[in-house]
Amino acid sequence: MIHIEDLSVCYQGKDGPITAIENINLNISQGEICAVIGPSGGGKSTLLKVLAGIIKGYRGRVLIDGRKVDPKTHRIGFIPQNDGLIKWRTVEQNIRLSAKIKDGRKHIDRNYYLELIKRLNIQGMKERYPNQLSGGERQRVSLARVFLLKPHLLLMDESFSALDAITREEVRRVFLDVWKAHRVTTVFVTHDINEAIFLGEKVVVLSAAPGKVVNMMHNPLFGKSCSFTTGDYAELNRKLRKMLRGDQNHAASCI
Amino acid sequence: MRLHAYKSVHYIYGLLIIFGSWQLLAVMTDSPIWLSPWDILMHLYETFHSTIAVHALYSLRRTVLGISLSLAIGVPLGVLTGYFKKMDRLFSPMLYFSYPIPKMALLPVVMLLFGLGEATKVIMIFLIIFFPIVVNIRDEVKNIPGEVYEPMYSLGAKPLQVINEIILPGIVPAILTSLRIGIGTAISILFFTENFGTVYGMGYFIMDAWMRVNYMQMYSGIVVLSILGLICFIMIDCLEVFICRWKSLR
Ligand SMILES: Nc1ncnc2c1ncn2[C@@H]1O[C@H](COP(=O)(O)OP(=O)(O)OP(=O)(O)O)[C@@H](O)[C@H]1O
Ligand SMILES: [Mg+2]
Repeated sequence: MIHIEDLSVCYQGKDGPITAIENINLNISQGEICAVIGPSGGGKSTLLKVLAGIIKGYRGRVLIDGRKVDPKTHRIGFIPQNDGLIKWRTVEQNIRLSAKIKDGRKHIDRNYYLELIKRLNIQGMKERYPNQLSGGERQRVSLARVFLLKPHLLLMDESFSALDAITREEVRRVFLDVWKAHRVTTVFVTHDINEAIFLGEKVVVLSAAPGKVVNMMHNPLFGKSCSFTTGDYAELNRKLRKMLRGDQNHAASCI
Repeated sequence: MRLHAYKSVHYIYGLLIIFGSWQLLAVMTDSPIWLSPWDILMHLYETFHSTIAVHALYSLRRTVLGISLSLAIGVPLGVLTGYFKKMDRLFSPMLYFSYPIPKMALLPVVMLLFGLGEATKVIMIFLIIFFPIVVNIRDEVKNIPGEVYEPMYSLGAKPLQVINEIILPGIVPAILTSLRIGIGTAISILFFTENFGTVYGMGYFIMDAWMRVNYMQMYSGIVVLSILGLICFIMIDCLEVFICRWKSLR
């Protein structure tokens, strides 16, 4: 489904180019949900923006279904790091906007819309503005917005962070619920190891800047909410933690 | 300063205090310059239809035309320069250089080009409020955070869709602010330009009364001009409350 080959991205900084990610190779198959985890500034958001077709100036090859990324022809749902809701439009307008842009106002699936807002428990907030919502509600609204689009590829940038532990678990569970109904190919970014283990079928560990793939693994504990207490979980958590930190030690020894 | 920021009783108090102290001053000084506001209102009531209304309508028409023209050209230009970097590079230097020119000083030039008629009055309003409108709208568009656009770009949204769905609804408050500033400014410009080549308009009416030492008429004119501005302000404030509910939710 997704094929990334030797991907590098440079930003134009004030004093020369800044390499955000370097030589990333990655394959993600159809219907898979992939967690990208890494330290801050490691180019996670950059990677997602390349997949979303927002960053076009990159080196390497990025193919979705065998074709070069193109927002016009692919059906990509993207939630940016700070939910990206438009604060001067109501919740309902925000949710419908993506589908409206992609397919036109007439083709919005009314029943699916109603089902979604019920599933995500935001029926009572249709007429409100994003400023009148809590953090968790905003994130559920941004989820509704991408799901209504029925994307073929779903990209989420730290969509569950900035929430308290309980709300975060709840939003994750709701997300997994809705996700299981459609099994859309998903790449999500997180800096939370628990989240990567709970939501990621595949876990990709990026290094600190410039981002490289440190490790990529299949996660046997995917979707098992009761697994937080088991020994397997502790083992995996320790392993990921070591990868994230080990890389920092490596970086430190380079200096 | 917005209407809905304070309770309406406070406005009534404000009005009473201004009105009362003026009345007090008039009674105490008893000079022909300080007329009592009560007498002025009575005078207005009696003569508005017969003498002042036609002047007020002329001024109103010039204001509406001047502001509409400025918005019709200024808002699209502001949106384009705010959204497209190339447009910004093309137009912003021009804006920068023409902004500080004292447009009032161009009145003789405009009169030479467009004559002494209505066009000159409308164009003077346009010249003066057009630039602040463009700059105001441009900056408002630039202030829209990038992450609002990103989901749209990942859908392949066309620029026109982005402008329609995100930018235009988002700059409504800036347009209303432009309107507010525009009205205040337009009225003071009219006061000046209406003294040339016309015998209609509130500016002419007031200065004419002054020269004829008819202070009663002069004050009536000033009151009408103020009320005209006030009504426009109240209308814009009400519009803002209805259209931009999200704005008061900060
Ligand atoms: N528009 C930009 N211009 C210049 N440099 C940028 C730009 N955006 C990001 N960078 C740099 O690229 C690197 C990667 O940024 P990116 O946002 O992808 O990191 P991230 O992994 O998402 O971090 P975080 O976890 O903090 O969100 C950082 O060093 C950042 O400073
Ligand atoms: Mg990021």
